[in-house]
This record gives sequence, structure tokens and C-alpha cells, in this order.
Amino acid sequence: MTAFRALARAMLKGFFRDRMAFFFAVIFPLMFLVLFGGIFTNQGVSKAEIIQVGPVAVLDDIPKEAAAYFKDSLEITTSSDEKDALEQVRKGDADAMITQRGDQLVVRYSRADQVKAATVQGTFQAIVQSANIAATGQPPRFSLTTDQVEDDSLESIQYYTPGLMGWAIASGATFGAATNLVVWRKNGLLRRLRLAPIPTRSVVLARVAVSIAIALVQATIFLGVGIALFGLRLTGSWPMIIPLLVCGTLAFMAIGLLAGAVAKSEEAAVGISNFVVLPMAFLSGSFFPLDGAPGYVTAISKVLPLKHLNDGMLDTMVRGEGPSSALVPMAVLLGFAVVVTAIASRLFRWGD
Amino acid sequence: MGIEIRADGLVMTYGDVRAVDGVTFSVAPGEFFGLLGPNGAGKTTTLEMIEGLRQPMAGTVRVGEHEPWKREPELQRRMGVQLQSSSFFERLTAREQLDTFGALYGVAAGRTDEMLEQVGLVDKAGVRTEDLSGGQKQRLSIACALIHDPEIVFLDEPTAALDPQARRNLWDVLRQINESGRTVILTTHHMDEAEALCDRVAIMDSGRILVLDTPAALVRGLDAPVRISLAPGTLSLDAAREIAGDDPIDDTESSLTITTRDPSRILTALAGRDALAGLSVKGASLEDVFLELTGREYRA
Repeated sequence: MTAFRALARAMLKGFFRDRMAFFFAVIFPLMFLVLFGGIFTNQGVSKAEIIQVGPVAVLDDIPKEAAAYFKDSLEITTSSDEKDALEQVRKGDADAMITQRGDQLVVRYSRADQVKAATVQGTFQAIVQSANIAATGQPPRFSLTTDQVEDDSLESIQYYTPGLMGWAIASGATFGAATNLVVWRKNGLLRRLRLAPIPTRSVVLARVAVSIAIALVQATIFLGVGIALFGLRLTGSWPMIIPLLVCGTLAFMAIGLLAGAVAKSEEAAVGISNFVVLPMAFLSGSFFPLDGAPGYVTAISKVLPLKHLNDGMLDTMVRGEGPSSALVPMAVLLGFAVVVTAIASRLFRWGD
Repeated sequence: MGIEIRADGLVMTYGDVRAVDGVTFSVAPGEFFGLLGPNGAGKTTTLEMIEGLRQPMAGTVRVGEHEPWKREPELQRRMGVQLQSSSFFERLTAREQLDTFGALYGVAAGRTDEMLEQVGLVDKAGVRTEDLSGGQKQRLSIACALIHDPEIVFLDEPTAALDPQARRNLWDVLRQINESGRTVILTTHHMDEAEALCDRVAIMDSGRILVLDTPAALVRGLDAPVRISLAPGTLSLDAAREIAGDDPIDDTESSLTITTRDPSRILTALAGRDALAGLSVKGASLEDVFLELTGREYRA
């Protein structure tokens, strides 16, 4: 027990005194959170800029409520020179030009920005429709109500925090285990520990405990920043992320041990870890959702531990699902850890 | 105190290479024993089998009644190991390293101060190992090997890459360790170091022990001539020829040297002529024995 404690303390001190490791495990992913949080908090797509040439009756006649909506999505300026207005649309300085010729509403838009092109067409389609209905003098028969399916709070930060946190924890545990193994093997410390009157398991358990502690510190900082700065809201069974993180850490440590067992130098260990963790983060939806991804991508993502950690965290901490939703991801993570650790231990060497 | 090491017919092969090929020797309690040999001679592998890092493929090794490769804690507590490279925890201070190693051996915390004192690192206690000099690192790693007061200490090239001052300083530390009654087993490339420190040395090459004796006996056994040098101008070449008789003379700008197997006759004659300015008398050293046995050709 004293051996375990002494080793864990030595490893923890070593980690927190390593500014590079601390930066990449905590600050670097946090920078992404701030960046993503900043980009996506005011998710409103910027307004489409419209140049109105001459009088356009339908625009002047729209009802008040509708006018407020258009104001949010359209920025209308007027001009008398149609040629100049068209040129501006071509250059991309404006998104569309409108003018009215008799009963025809003419919209000229650029396809350069497809989202805005669609917004502009849809909006004016709707304006023309409602003007037509108004012209009949009848009240509209059908009406439309929209509401998103998620909890009202599921803003983008709710999605990005678990994903980026999963990525941070995957990097921390993988890099930590890989470099630790290589450095200790190369500097002879592994062999030195082998000659000390302590069981091998106290060395392994100390490393596991330290990696889990680091993961929990990362999670605390992540959730703290998310809640304090970006209005992150945790739902019902969020404490389940703790056992999820423990299982995830074991899975990523296993990857790190494999990388460390294969790598001949610390640089190689870092390289291999990067080669695994970064693509895994993309394929696990850490940076953007995989909803639109092709089938083979989702198939690959199913064998990646980070995908299951992310899913489990999303379910429990933001989608408001019950604690049992974490059980399957935890089982997958543990299974992954067992298999990869078994492979790593076959390649393990005490010294060079 | 008092635990004997006996190695009998040790063999270890890596692929086709017989790294250790039938090594037999024993080390008595309290002895300072040196294991010498060129790179790749099999010293480190031999040492690893005695320390318990490797199980011999053939032959037996016993430390007291124990077989070291079984890694029994009772034996491990009686052995202190300093490995070839400085094996430290990253980014810990000298004091923290000693505290950590001490905890692994269940040693009371007070030992750290004692060890810092013994190896002269009291004022470096708060310095991280990465910031210590080469000599300080070596002294700290020896302190880490001694933290649990072992009876046998293994030192693998402890003075490699040290400057002469640091080397001499470390010799004093090593002598103290041995004088306190511990058995010390040392590997080194430095023949002067083995000559100065070791009670007995074994010279190894190609996985075998070539000779094993006290350094003095090995040098005597070489039966090499003595080189007597004088400052230039002390003696004319003719006078030198007269004294030297058949012994070869080497007259250079920096000195005049007579190489002889009968130094007392030459020295008496020189003293009779009062021609002793800049006198130096050099016998063979352990290095000559080493080169005689392992060959002078360069090995990459």
C-alpha cells in the first residue's frame, strides 16, 4: 500500500509539473471548447443582404408579425440602379436583389452561398404565398407550428462539451500511459522497480489511479468552464459520467500501453498516440455530429471506444436519459480495455 | 551481514549470440568485486542474472540461499541496484526521489536526510534531477540504491561520462560503501578505477571470464618491462647507452626513456651519477593486462 501511494504521488507530481502534458491534456481541449462555444452560441445564421430596386409592394404590405421575422433574417437596402445591384450580387457583396415588374416579383440571387440562396428563395416564396392568400380576402385554413424535439436547452454547447471532453480524456490517458511506459523502460526505471520488493500490480494500479484522477480533473474543469461561461446545463443522470470516465480511461490507457510497448522512443510513442487519437476523435463525433456521415464511417466508429464514451456521456449528461443508458457503453469500454491490454502485455518488455 | 554470491556455469543466449557462455565465480561477503570487459563482453547480462532481472538459460546463481530470478522480497531487501542509466522518476527533486525509493522498500523517512548527507547532496535536496550535474545524478542514484541499507550493492558503470573530479569524488563514496561492510559488485570500462577500488577483478570477453584475480596479481602476471624516463638533457645518449646495456632506449625531445626488466640496476646507476631530474618509473597497469587479454584492435 505504501508502495502504491508513493508511486501514485510520484506520477501525479510528474504530470502536474510537466507543463506540456498539462497544456495538451487540459488547456488545449479547453481552447477548442471556448472556440466552439464562441462560434456556435449565437447560432443565428447571419442575415441575408437584399438589395431592393424600386418599389416592391408585397414587402411594404406584409403584416407586422411577419415583418419582425423578416427583419431577423433579411437585411434590406434600397437602390435605384438595377445594373449596379446585380453586379453587387455577382461579387458577393449582397446575397440577392429584388424588384417588382407588374405582378411579378423578381429575385436574382447568387448560388455562391447555398444556405442563403435557399433562405432567400424560401422567404420570398412565403411572402408571395401570403400575399396571394391576402389577395383572396379569405383567412388562411392551415397553420404551422414548429418546435424542436430536444429539451429546449440542447444548444450546441450541450453537444460539444461531452464530445470535446471525451477527446481530452482520450488524449490524456493515451499519451500519459504511452510516454510513461516508454520513458520508464528507456531510463531503466521499470527494471529498477522490478528489483524492488513490491508486486508488479502496485505499479500498474498506481498508473491506473493516476490516469483516472487526471481524467476526473479534466472533466471537472471542462464542466466548470462549460457551465460558467457557456450556459451548459447538466441533466438528470449526469453523475453517471464518473463511472463512464473510469471505464473510458481504462480503454484509452490500453491504447497507450499498446503504443508504448510498440514504440522505441518517446517521440514515436507520441506519434503513434496522435495517429490513433485524432482520427478516433473525428470518427467518434467529438468535433461534429456524425448524423450525415456515410455508413462505413458509422461502422468504423462503432469499434472506437471514444464513440461509446461520447454516446454514453451525451445520453446521461445532456439528453436526460436514465442512468442505465450508461451501462452498455461502459461494458463496451471495459471489453475494449481487456482485449487491447491483453495484446499490449504480449508485446511488453521490461527494458530495452 | 554476510551473504555470498555464487555463479556457476551461467549461460545466456540472444538468438545465435552466446552473450554469456559459462561464467563461474563467487564473491565473498564484504568484497569489492569488479567485472571488466569491452562493450558486448557480457558483463551487463551477467550482472542482470545475479540481480534477478534474468533467469539463466543454463547454470545456477545463488545469492545466499536464494535464486535471484525468483525475485523474493526477502532477498530484494538485501540487495541495492544502481542501473546503467540514471533511472529516476521524472520531474521529482532529489529528496522526493529518495523518499519514493525509500517508500518502495518500507524505509522510514529519516533515511533520506542521512543519504543526502552521505553522498554530499544536502544543498541539492530541493533540485529536480533533470537539473543536477552528471556527477550529482550518479551520486543520487547510488543513494537511491543504498536507501534501504542493503548488504550487496550492484553498480553498473557508475562513473561513465563523468569528469575526473566527479570520478574521484565518487570513488570516495564507493570506498565508504565498501568499508561499511557491504559487498560491492562493479562493472566499469575504467581500468584505473578497478585497480583503485576492487579487491578482485574478473576480465570478461565474448561471454567468458578470461582471468580472475586481484589487480596486483594480474599486473605481476603480465611480467611487463618497466619504463624509466628522465627529463631531456639529464643524461647524454652515450651515458644512457652505457647504463642501459642491451635494454632499448627511446630519446625524444620531451624525455629519455629506458625500458627494462631490471629496474633496480638502472636506477642504482642513475642515482650514482646523480642523474635523476624529472625521473618517472612506470610499471604495467591493469589496462595493459586488459589490452593484452582482449586485444588492441578497435571494435565498433
